[in-house]
Amino acid sequence: MGKQRSNTQPPVSERQQNFLRAHHRHHHRITCGRFLLLFCFLGFWETASRMAWIDSFFFSSPSGIIQYLGQMLTDGSFFTHTGITLFETIASFVLVTVLSLVSATLLWYQNSLSEILEPYLVVLNALPKSALAPLLIVWLGTGANTIIVAGISVAVFGSIISLYTGFCQVDPEMCKLIYTLGGSRKDALAKVILPSSVPLILSSMKVNIGLSLVGVIIGEFLAARRGLGYLIIYGSQVFQLNMVITSIIILCAIAMLFYKLIQSAEHYYRKKA
Amino acid sequence: MQPILSLRDVSYSYHNLKGETPALSHINLQVSEGSFVAVVGPSGCGKSTLLSLISGLLPPEDGEILYRGLSSRDYCADSALKIGYMLQRDHLFEWRTVYQNLILGLELTHNLTKENTDYILKLLNDYGLYSFKDKKPSELSGGMRQRAALIRTMAIRPDLLLLDEPFSALDFQTRLFVSADIANIIRKTGKTALLITHDLSEAITLADRVIVLSKRPASVKREMSILYEISREDPLAIRSTAAYQEYFNQLWEVLTDGKTTV
Repeated sequence: MGKQRSNTQPPVSERQQNFLRAHHRHHHRITCGRFLLLFCFLGFWETASRMAWIDSFFFSSPSGIIQYLGQMLTDGSFFTHTGITLFETIASFVLVTVLSLVSATLLWYQNSLSEILEPYLVVLNALPKSALAPLLIVWLGTGANTIIVAGISVAVFGSIISLYTGFCQVDPEMCKLIYTLGGSRKDALAKVILPSSVPLILSSMKVNIGLSLVGVIIGEFLAARRGLGYLIIYGSQVFQLNMVITSIIILCAIAMLFYKLIQSAEHYYRKKA
Repeated sequence: MQPILSLRDVSYSYHNLKGETPALSHINLQVSEGSFVAVVGPSGCGKSTLLSLISGLLPPEDGEILYRGLSSRDYCADSALKIGYMLQRDHLFEWRTVYQNLILGLELTHNLTKENTDYILKLLNDYGLYSFKDKKPSELSGGMRQRAALIRTMAIRPDLLLLDEPFSALDFQTRLFVSADIANIIRKTGKTALLITHDLSEAITLADRVIVLSKRPASVKREMSILYEISREDPLAIRSTAAYQEYFNQLWEVLTDGKTTV
């Protein structure tokens, strides 16, 4: 008989309770360990800066960063710079996801197209995208467009290759089933390839969001007057290391936020599946 | 009885850059209406290729396949002559409920009418799966999954059933009863069925006629009609009859070319 789910929860044995207690204790220990490491690092950094073991002009300090962050929040520059970087990253990410899905689908659908394009995709993926940035500035000028395209260029080729490879690895017998039931290649795509690739698409999105952020920051280094990438490059030029490190910390927070968002989408999908 | 499916001198080879691999060589066989025919042969002899050719997924390189007097190109295009194909694994899609899996064939052929969905609900009821229709396939046992795969195949109301080792993924005990169960269901519906298997015991227990294929490239080595005096409902009872032993020994000799050791 099949596994039938019961509505009444079975009583939890004492051994199971002990196991759960030990599991939670372990989980708390790990979380405490992580915070302890962060506090030790920040404490050591602050002390080293105050005791002049390190030059706070070059290495900044946690208090200096908090002070600068407060200043950014007061004058509103935090929202301007973070907002523009967020907008450019989300725009690149959405475009990368749509472009790579459409391209991988076309490549799977048309075998000869994938054979023709394969070497070009491999070369474009291997090419260091920062090399394209000066070209993009000449073609598109300095502004959000250039930065969004830079963000796309970093992630899109790898994403197309990984999605296409994933589509090709779907069990051919599942497609055969569609053909035996009277379906076409288009049906195999809609009923088998795309639905079975949802976990792959989500994991590729996880990679894409990080790469889009990398591309956007590269773009802002070279072609922006606003954004966190601009603040980092400007701060380093005028030796305002508080500005540089604060921007880097905001970037870390943004990267973590994006990662968590996609992770929750993944959890939602798993729960639904 | 008049044959509804006949293969005349059918040959097929696979091609790649390393060369040509002949899979089937001059296959001649006939299947009469309402019969349950099993095809046995050594692993990799081209049994699955044979079903792909009959179902029209592959075109024959040589020879002719006639189904109800039509060539494979014509009968594949004829919507009244549907061929049901059960694969080695059930391939129930985990992203669909059991019911959504069963209506897949109707969706693909744009035949999702009330009459057809009612037919699926009736089959679910008949095969004891009605209460599982809204579950995910992973919540079904191996035997239930095979029954679900059979309903998915039957839902398109096939004229001919092709069974490509559909029980090979099951453990021995489950396989013994599920195979007999499914064969009985097919027999009751009066459908013509062609079962591919590498399990000689299964072939002799389930089929009315057994066709033995040679090693690759496969050709028909022997055909044998199977008849029992008792009902086929109980696979264990069949396997303990003298007739079963006799059929088994005869076919074993054909399969192994008279060699007693491997």
